[in-house]
Amino acid sequence: MDKSIIDSIPHISEINAQHGAFNGVLPQQTQTFQDRMLTKNKILPSIREAIIRTGLKDGMTISFHHHFRNGDYIINLVMDEIAKMGIKGLTIAASSLNEVHAPLIKHIQNGVVKHIETSGMRGELAEQISRGLMEFPVVFRSHGGRAAAIESGEVKIDVAFLGAPSCDPYGNANGYSREQDNATSCGSLGYAKLDALYARQTVILTDHIVRFPNAPFAISEANVNYVVRVDAIGDAQGIMSGSTRFTKNPKELLIAKTAADVIEASGYFYDGFSMQMGSGGASLATARFLREKMERDNIRCRFALGGITGQIVEMHEEGLIDRILDVQSFDLIAAESLKNNRFHQQIDASYYASIINGGAAVNQLDFVVLSALEIDVNFNINVLTGSDGVIRGAIGGHPDTADGASISIIVAPLTRGRIPTIVKKVNTIVTPGAIVDVVVTDQGIAVNPLRPEIKDRLLSAGLPVFDIETLQRRAERIVGVPEDICYTDKIVGVVMYRDNTVIDVIRQVEE
Amino acid sequence: MRQLRRSMLFVPGNNPGMIRDAHIYGSDSIMFDLEDSVAVTEKDAARALVYQALMSLRYGKKELVVRINDLSSGLGIEDLEAIVRAKPNVIRLPKTETAQDIIDCEREIARIEADAGIEVGSTGMMAAIESAKGVLNAYQIACSSKRLIGIALGAEDYVTDLKTTRSDGTELFFARNVILNAARAAGIDAIDTVYSDVNNEEGFLREVELIKKLGFDGKSVINPRQIAPLHKAFMPSEKDLTKARAIMQAIAEANKRGSGVASLNGKMIDKPVVIRAERLLELYDAANIIPIEEV
Repeated sequence: MDKSIIDSIPHISEINAQHGAFNGVLPQQTQTFQDRMLTKNKILPSIREAIIRTGLKDGMTISFHHHFRNGDYIINLVMDEIAKMGIKGLTIAASSLNEVHAPLIKHIQNGVVKHIETSGMRGELAEQISRGLMEFPVVFRSHGGRAAAIESGEVKIDVAFLGAPSCDPYGNANGYSREQDNATSCGSLGYAKLDALYARQTVILTDHIVRFPNAPFAISEANVNYVVRVDAIGDAQGIMSGSTRFTKNPKELLIAKTAADVIEASGYFYDGFSMQMGSGGASLATARFLREKMERDNIRCRFALGGITGQIVEMHEEGLIDRILDVQSFDLIAAESLKNNRFHQQIDASYYASIINGGAAVNQLDFVVLSALEIDVNFNINVLTGSDGVIRGAIGGHPDTADGASISIIVAPLTRGRIPTIVKKVNTIVTPGAIVDVVVTDQGIAVNPLRPEIKDRLLSAGLPVFDIETLQRRAERIVGVPEDICYTDKIVGVVMYRDNTVIDVIRQVEE
Repeated sequence: MRQLRRSMLFVPGNNPGMIRDAHIYGSDSIMFDLEDSVAVTEKDAARALVYQALMSLRYGKKELVVRINDLSSGLGIEDLEAIVRAKPNVIRLPKTETAQDIIDCEREIARIEADAGIEVGSTGMMAAIESAKGVLNAYQIACSSKRLIGIALGAEDYVTDLKTTRSDGTELFFARNVILNAARAAGIDAIDTVYSDVNNEEGFLREVELIKKLGFDGKSVINPRQIAPLHKAFMPSEKDLTKARAIMQAIAEANKRGSGVASLNGKMIDKPVVIRAERLLELYDAANIIPIEEV
């Protein structure tokens, strides 16, 4: 092509043609696609090689997902390698952490990890952090808050290390395998999807490389830089159970039945409603009781959101729930359904709950049923710290769904052992009382005074509604007043509300 | 209002968690057990725990029953010494074989009541019949004390005594009828035995239907999950309710005319029909009160 012709093209200065004239093609590929997949791909031989290629340096931010729950091997594998390479001062931005991540303690002690962002943590790591292990406080964000922080750039991920049960040589990754029925499985990769999209670089770690295209996929190759095969990504038992056990605990059943009665009477039980059931025996069992009412009244649910269990899948397959939006699958039945049911949709953390995302699914909820460690007389909820002040939980989507849903229902026993659940003041505010509507215990219901119309409806239905102060006094009368927890002045954790403003701090517990 | 005894929830006396929450499941009575569900090494602890629970926890309007150990074991007296002072509604005596067992127990209760400054006679009693001898003495037992509010069948020991095992209920047919007739003749309640396969709701409901047909007032339950289906089975149907209300109306009109006999849809309404209708409506009213109590 003659350059003068290019210069004569009208509006050439406005056409993006900076590469100039056509200059011939590269030699054509003649390998078969199958052979090419083996020789030209994103697969690297080791985690170390991937770390080197990403250019990970001191002080950078790396991210992980928690879809493998307490069966996760990825974080420990990657962190051990990083430590051996002598990289220091990293920020770990995990969607959540678990007991299995106790080895992070040594990486904190030797300076590899400077800061942690997570939804929650449990076990030895949480114990040590509560006792002042880190100089830099841990930042706790809700799932929606984390998504918003990533989208807004508040949290900048340099490298995401994402485990996946299957991945092709170009990085199309899934939370299950379509090639092998007994492969490790975690179902939805909702939290990982967003990390892959926003991280500067993404490494997929998989135990199961499948042929291109691993479609339909959760994570697109467009968002993946490297793929590393590892022997094992996690312990299948710890990742998820076969099916979420239906509780036989009579107290949980009583609470669940009452919660279903509350939903029925609340004004939000109608043909075409939407719902989310949080984790925990009582909130999961609520779905069972609701199902009886739905069958009786011929009412269907338009969509169920959230952590998805086999129970929700069963109701979907029976035609009681039209659509499932799944950010995280809680059991193998849910994972199987994601693979096989076309109206079971995998969604990412932003779609789920980000406050920046105007269409976030939580905003379309009629009701959500959630659990709590503590509830106070102002309806504030704690799901993060135990009665000893030590971190032992996760925010999850608690404030996101409580805020988004038209009615939020908290289910909890009035007391647990010798510990009151309803207290005068929670240890840590995770979800503010202003967005908590109804508390259901085994010994009565309390309705937030901000929602008098709901209180009237429940009373009209003959439900046992009390002031929350009455329930608090009842708990106190049964188990007494716990001794105050002794804290030092040191702040070990910062709790963010879903808009990433600071709603509370967690202090170091005194020995 | 009549004291319903459709369900009597067994609560092991050495389980603080269950003792604390026993009232939340909606049973008509709660029975704290010091006997067979408590190991010998735990007897003292259970006794102390149940005593403290009765003294300090609030169970609303539930009927509170304590099953003591039998007096011949030596533990029964110690149980009474503690428990009577905590003023439960009813003391349940296990393994009752003769009227004398009740008389002996009542004497001790009366002594302790007097000693503790409790009105003598205020503690109710209930007898569990758990042997062939006890069944054959059922009527004498039922008539042996004014304190008795009911007699109950204890099937596990009974079938062992008969040298059989529990099956479809045939093995209990005689004992149930004898106990029921004895109770009715004495004007007290008849309570059926437990159904121990808690995961078999179908089998449980079959047994409930049977004892309801026989005429029992209710049944002991060992798991809170059995309470709701039991109460549902005892709830009169809409049809029966409508009929009972019509009967009451017809007889009221007949009474106005000075007659004790009425006719409804061509059928004669006389006293037994009216009594049955009255009882059914009474049961319905009692069962329909949802206690929203400040406990």
